Amino acid sequence: MILRELRPALSLVVLFTLGLGFILPEAFTGAMQAALPVQANGSLLRQNGQIIGSALIGQNFTGADYFQPRPSALMGTDAKGNAIPTPYDASESGASNLGPTSAALQTAIQQRVAAYVKAYGPGPVPPDAVTSSGSGLDPDISLANALRQAPAIAAARHLPAATVTDLIARTTHHAVLGVIGTDHVNVLELNLALDKLSRP
Amino acid sequence: MTIQGFAYIALVFLLVLGAAFPLGRYLAAIFEGRVRFLRPLETGIYRLAGVDERRAMGWQSYAVALLLLSVIHFALLYAILRLQFYLPMNPQHIAGMSPRLAFNTAASFATNTNWQAYAPEAQISDGAQAYGLAVHMFISAAAGIAAAAAMMRAFTGNAARLGNFYVDLTRITLYLLLPGALIAAVVLVLAGVPQSFSGFITAHTLQGGTQTIAIGPVAMQEAIKELGTNGGGFFNANSAHPFENPNGWTNLFENWLLLVIGFALPIAFGHMVKDKAQGRALMAAMAIILALGCIGAYAAEAHGNPLQIAAGVAPGGNWEGKEMRFGIAPSTTFNVSATGTSTGAVDSFTDSYTPLGGAVPLFLMQLGEVTPGGVGSGFYTIIVFALFSVFIAGLMVGRTPEYLGKKVQAKEIKLAMLGVLILTLFILAGAGFSLVTKSGLASLANAGPHGLTEMLYGWTSATENNGSAFAGLSADTPLLDYGLGAAMLFGRFAFMIPVLAIAGSLAAKPRLAASAGTFPTTGPLFIGLLIGVIIILGGLQFLPADTLGPLAEHVLLQAGKIF
Repeated sequence: MILRELRPALSLVVLFTLGLGFILPEAFTGAMQAALPVQANGSLLRQNGQIIGSALIGQNFTGADYFQPRPSALMGTDAKGNAIPTPYDASESGASNLGPTSAALQTAIQQRVAAYVKAYGPGPVPPDAVTSSGSGLDPDISLANALRQAPAIAAARHLPAATVTDLIARTTHHAVLGVIGTDHVNVLELNLALDKLSRP
Repeated sequence: MTIQGFAYIALVFLLVLGAAFPLGRYLAAIFEGRVRFLRPLETGIYRLAGVDERRAMGWQSYAVALLLLSVIHFALLYAILRLQFYLPMNPQHIAGMSPRLAFNTAASFATNTNWQAYAPEAQISDGAQAYGLAVHMFISAAAGIAAAAAMMRAFTGNAARLGNFYVDLTRITLYLLLPGALIAAVVLVLAGVPQSFSGFITAHTLQGGTQTIAIGPVAMQEAIKELGTNGGGFFNANSAHPFENPNGWTNLFENWLLLVIGFALPIAFGHMVKDKAQGRALMAAMAIILALGCIGAYAAEAHGNPLQIAAGVAPGGNWEGKEMRFGIAPSTTFNVSATGTSTGAVDSFTDSYTPLGGAVPLFLMQLGEVTPGGVGSGFYTIIVFALFSVFIAGLMVGRTPEYLGKKVQAKEIKLAMLGVLILTLFILAGAGFSLVTKSGLASLANAGPHGLTEMLYGWTSATENNGSAFAGLSADTPLLDYGLGAAMLFGRFAFMIPVLAIAGSLAAKPRLAASAGTFPTTGPLFIGLLIGVIIILGGLQFLPADTLGPLAEHVLLQAGKIF
């Protein structure tokens, strides 16, 4: 009974592996590289011919004259093999996986809240600003978070506050009908636009 | 909670159930051999593989064919993973996997589970993703749907024949999964999902640093990952990764993809047995449980974590582990859909959900993956629950129960119970054993009841062939690689074989005409009974464990206790 099934079972595994595992991805990749090269190659952004990032992938910003992305939980290792934070290292991805009753998470959030209020003044702290994202590469922050950061950025860049808030308004991605997606800004897009106005 | 959040959940259901009716009709046409637009390719495959398409199989032959093909494919994947360093399409020069990790991963993809104990970016090559994992995503999904088609045929005649496994597998692949995945992959590339074999990219960032960006043939794998309820992410972050799921539209689209076949199968069943109300009743039970799950998880996550609000965070829900571009309701709906099916994809990290928000995905898996479950497996599992339902109703009125004119007797119920008990045993004994070993405890990322939930979730996910995780769990250890690998294999095949035996046994019985004493298996009474049986038989045995995990954590969280 088993011998009778051996030939068809084995043959189908081989045929499907060839068809679905080699021909399909090669042909599909070729077609997409030809038809939609920008998307197929990761929506890369270039400046003076150099790749400066992907429109879809967040970058780490630390300077006071840039909008700050969300916390990233990504960890890597240094030259000695010690674990170190590697925020927005897009050769990996992942979340903190800390649970709701985790003391480590609670401490981290308290520290982030304190740092946020220190940097941007007293006021509400948007949840996305102090929680790490799922991918560790989240390119976006909430509109509320961007607006809270705006006065400090304007001051650091010697720009009128209204100029920066106008920039945010122009780059905001809105939820469709308030249902699909959220009101957010892409941090890299916003900081690029900011650099066009005034070099840091 | 907002109106918009509930509107999103309603929108998902509207789009999925609306598409399930025409897709169900199409599926029935595939199962009955009426779809033939790739007929020359189809017959070519039969000729090369030596398949006699007129041969109708009994349940034993059908099960042997399915098992044998799965074993061969499992062995091939194991070899690919071990040898990937020497195989083509490995631009990052990634080393071969260890024996235990390769075993775990091969078991995971051969069983449509897609549990990932490895970090894809660092541990698997582009080639092994494409000709190893992605092929399994097609074939294990097609095998599940084939088993569902065999189960449907148990009610269409009285010939003791369930169809031809190879023909079912080929037709489902050629006429459903391949065209579906191709269309979906094009849509995803249009929205920004990459498809490239060029290797990682180096970017020079605005601040003057460098960023290495992992990329690969993502779109095709993403498409079949959702459509075939597989769930194995190209990236570690799965559908939370912006390259797998770039915006709110793709999130909705992927959510739709992973539900649509599961809900279409009962409709296909209605067409096959020429009684559409039967299919609609099964679909209604699936949809009601899933909808309650979606609402529950959304409410919990939108309510947020009281500790964070006490720490000065503005209200707006629990955002830890969630991506800004989706929002709370779309995130929870995605994860609930992916655990209500056996997809196991995530667009946000369940380990960081609130206790009750995380309990919903756990409970939906424990119910046995029937809401609507994995493609095919969800259907044959809900048939098992339907048999239990008519059996219990029959006991109450003292009549031999029937389902669609087929008498349900001790043999079928014993086989069904055997399947259910095997699943329960692996979940509870596996998680319990792991939690008293040093190795198991060392795998936990969180302390307190949350740690217990992490382990319980892992064993539930593996046994129920879901594949999602409380991802803090370090799963690449000897105990969990081998233990969860075995749980996946038994959870799939030690359940599927008794189910095929039930199908064979029912197929051989004459189909009796309905009489005045027949318990109707359509309408609200039956749907309510079926939901009750699913919750009692599927869920109740896990309640003590769930009480020690998420429920205890919820109470402690309200009291402000942290670990």
